[in-house]
Amino acid sequence: MNWIEIGDIAEIPLRGARCVKTPQGKIAVFRTAEDQVFAIEDHCPHKGGPLSQGIVHGAAVTCPLHNWVISLETGQALGADKGAVRTIPVRNDNGALFIALESLMMAAE
Amino acid sequence: MTQKLVIIGNGMAPGRMLEHLLEKAPDLYQVTIFNAEPRVNYDRIMLSPVLSGEKDYEQIIIHGDGWYIKHNITLYKGHKIVAIDRAAKTVTSDHGVTESYDKLVIATGSVPFIIPVPGKELRGVITYRDLDDVQAMLLAAQSREKAIVIGGGLLGLEAAAGLASRGMDVTVLHVMPTLMERQLDPAAGYLLQKAVEERGIKVITKANTKAIIGNGKVEGIELDDGRIIPATLIVMAVGIRPNIGLAKDAGLAVNRGIVVDAGMGTSDGDIYALGECAEVGGQVYGLVAPLYEMARVAAAQLAGDTSAGFVHSDTPTKLKVTGIDLFSLGDFADGDDREEIVLRDASAGVYKRLVLKDNRIIGTVLYGETADGAWFNDLKKKATDISEMRETLIFGQAYQGGSPLNPMAAVAALPDDAEICGCNGVCKGKITSTISAKGLTSLDDVRAHTKASASCGSCTGLVEQLMSITLGDAYNPKAVQPMCTCTELGHDDVRRLIKAKGLKTIPAVMQELEWKTSCGCAKCRPALNYYLVCDWPDEYADDYQSRFINERVHANIQKDGTYSVVPRMWGGVTNAGELRAIADVVDKFEIPMVKVTGGQRIDLLGIHKEDLPAVWADLGKAGFISGQAYAKGLRTVKTCVGSDWCRFGTQDSTGLGIRIEKFMWGSWTPAKLKLAVSGCPRNCAEATCKDIGVICVDSGFEIHFAGAAGLDIKGTEVLGLVKTEDEALEHIVALTQMYREQGRYLERIYKWAKRIGLDEIRRQIMTDVDKRKAYYERFVFSQTFAQVDPWSERVSGKDKHEFRPMATVGFHQAAE
Repeated sequence: MNWIEIGDIAEIPLRGARCVKTPQGKIAVFRTAEDQVFAIEDHCPHKGGPLSQGIVHGAAVTCPLHNWVISLETGQALGADKGAVRTIPVRNDNGALFIALESLMMAAE
Repeated sequence: MTQKLVIIGNGMAPGRMLEHLLEKAPDLYQVTIFNAEPRVNYDRIMLSPVLSGEKDYEQIIIHGDGWYIKHNITLYKGHKIVAIDRAAKTVTSDHGVTESYDKLVIATGSVPFIIPVPGKELRGVITYRDLDDVQAMLLAAQSREKAIVIGGGLLGLEAAAGLASRGMDVTVLHVMPTLMERQLDPAAGYLLQKAVEERGIKVITKANTKAIIGNGKVEGIELDDGRIIPATLIVMAVGIRPNIGLAKDAGLAVNRGIVVDAGMGTSDGDIYALGECAEVGGQVYGLVAPLYEMARVAAAQLAGDTSAGFVHSDTPTKLKVTGIDLFSLGDFADGDDREEIVLRDASAGVYKRLVLKDNRIIGTVLYGETADGAWFNDLKKKATDISEMRETLIFGQAYQGGSPLNPMAAVAALPDDAEICGCNGVCKGKITSTISAKGLTSLDDVRAHTKASASCGSCTGLVEQLMSITLGDAYNPKAVQPMCTCTELGHDDVRRLIKAKGLKTIPAVMQELEWKTSCGCAKCRPALNYYLVCDWPDEYADDYQSRFINERVHANIQKDGTYSVVPRMWGGVTNAGELRAIADVVDKFEIPMVKVTGGQRIDLLGIHKEDLPAVWADLGKAGFISGQAYAKGLRTVKTCVGSDWCRFGTQDSTGLGIRIEKFMWGSWTPAKLKLAVSGCPRNCAEATCKDIGVICVDSGFEIHFAGAAGLDIKGTEVLGLVKTEDEALEHIVALTQMYREQGRYLERIYKWAKRIGLDEIRRQIMTDVDKRKAYYERFVFSQTFAQVDPWSERVSGKDKHEFRPMATVGFHQAAE
């Protein structure tokens, strides 16, 4: 797998997110209160809202546009809503973060 | 002919007696009460929640002043009776009032026991008995220094927990080896000690006080073993003694208490005694249930029913400390003729012990899980033979008869004569039949009609279950809407507890108020963040990760993920320089849409997030600050041109609008707050559909509020008329602060006003000068922290990470 370094975990606020720009669109990289890191497409399955701008709670994010709640672990919409975003593998080497770009490229092809 | 009834004392027992008497024989007596305390009858059991801040005094009043007037009862507050003249049949108070009686009731209660050690008279040594003591403790707690509670019984532990929750460093001294040894066995006492210590309260058992040390005021305690413990407050809670001095001086028969027969009559045929001062069948009582029983008997006797008599029954004990559940009943000492069943679950902190004799329960101690207390009490009272269910008895009622029942079914299965409310001796049948007969639908109604759960409140859950069983779907126990699924508490409770417990961070709120999720959700976090910003403006560090994106990046997110930017234009007034700067920004950043808003501002739409700081930098150079068009806070103050230009204008509405906006910008409120000032009643600024509006008139300024022109359409209500601009500003600011402190997050001012009541708001803002000034001052204080332009902060580099991608990857590879 082709791991691409995207930066250090400290650059993401606790219970927050940052964006990574890729040729296939933005990836939202989240850091939870428990220091877990997740990466998903920055695109809500509902109306395309930027999930990276939402409020992070537990291992989920609430979309800023219409309050869909998306699981960071599975990319699935939680609650009564149905839909999913792609999750992207993340590696955390003592704080240095990598995403698997390969899976992105393949998905784009 | 009406007889004269005089009552000495106005505690819970005589209060209850009067209720019964008024029901049975409303016109028999002309009643006069002498109360040594300068107040009405209140619920003494609830002093601990007042101390801890979970309730306030108004909430624990049983009979307000109106009740005495309605029943034509004369109440002398702050009058202590100093003499009873039995020959003349009169009593005399310390203020010299003499009243004659046909029947006299002595209900002087008890006095706290003061241990006879040197230093007991020092300033800072208090007892825990009445509201004055609670107020003294609250005052002392403001110092947040060290306190010692002498006595590890019910009252002492409640006092300790209350003081600790008020921020004091508390040590409990207890003379016995384990806490509450009269109600708990050593195992439960140990669990209790652990729970108390987990609250940061130190416990020293086997502690004998030798002396209280200090010079004029308390400095600490010396124990028998030589240890010295420093403290500035000492609360003695080692027990009570019946207050019998007055009866003794009058020559009535006394022993430990005033000796009465089963009908509550003393050795004088015209004098009764009841409550903690009375001794019946050789026993004195301190818990409320037997005292209420005395009240019932005394009322019946006074009404002429000479057959009524007092019967002893064991009363369960419960501790009123939030989060500690314990229940104790009957006799639980070991003995050769006794057997016991014990269940321990260390990880859950549960301990249950049943003491049996001849296959019947004679004693129960429950710790950590007390729901089955009522059931065990019922089995004990009826002396039910438990041999059939012995194997599963300890697991509780739900486990009887095979598969576990749900709690609702367990309550449904209770017999009609099972006691639900121990304080008031109310059984299940009485509650369900009253609900049906009177058509009761709310808990307050049930409390009013049956007294169930109206005293200590620990049976509230059971009563609510009975209501849903009786009423079915017609009963909505969650009448208080929880904030979100993370908690059972509603917004008002959370706001109250934040203040009462001094909670100053979101994790502290979630920990102390037992949030069900680890870090909340998108509903509760912004609400909590607002409450903390509002309540602790100088101490709380705003948590941006708990703010909605608009407030986090100070712009309004649009459907395509771009943002809109609205600079502040004071009162809607602008000039060529400002407009030119806006035009330049629009060109430079190729802003696709420029729009005039309803609040007399200019909105720049379609700006990319990365460009926001640069846009703000250019706008800032022209003197603009954020218009906070995204905030749950002060938005705009719309104005008309007023007396400067308009031929109808009566006042300088533009000037006042600008002044208000400059004073109030930056403040956060529960929901958005839009204002307007119109220069005359023609109302061109449309002030009468705003959150707060001003209509200028010749004689001054008419202040309006609680309008709406969104989801709901509603004209404003008039707050009142003031004469000067200064007054207008002060009233508007005070009103805003009142709303800030009481509003629920996202509750617009018109909804808040409907909930609180317009008259109450007018009273606090227009009539009560002190309240208004205090609100005003608190707003001004808060503004010293709030009036920072968020745009210039971000131009200077704050929250840089918000506006930049973390990385840009893959483009190189893609190009290859």
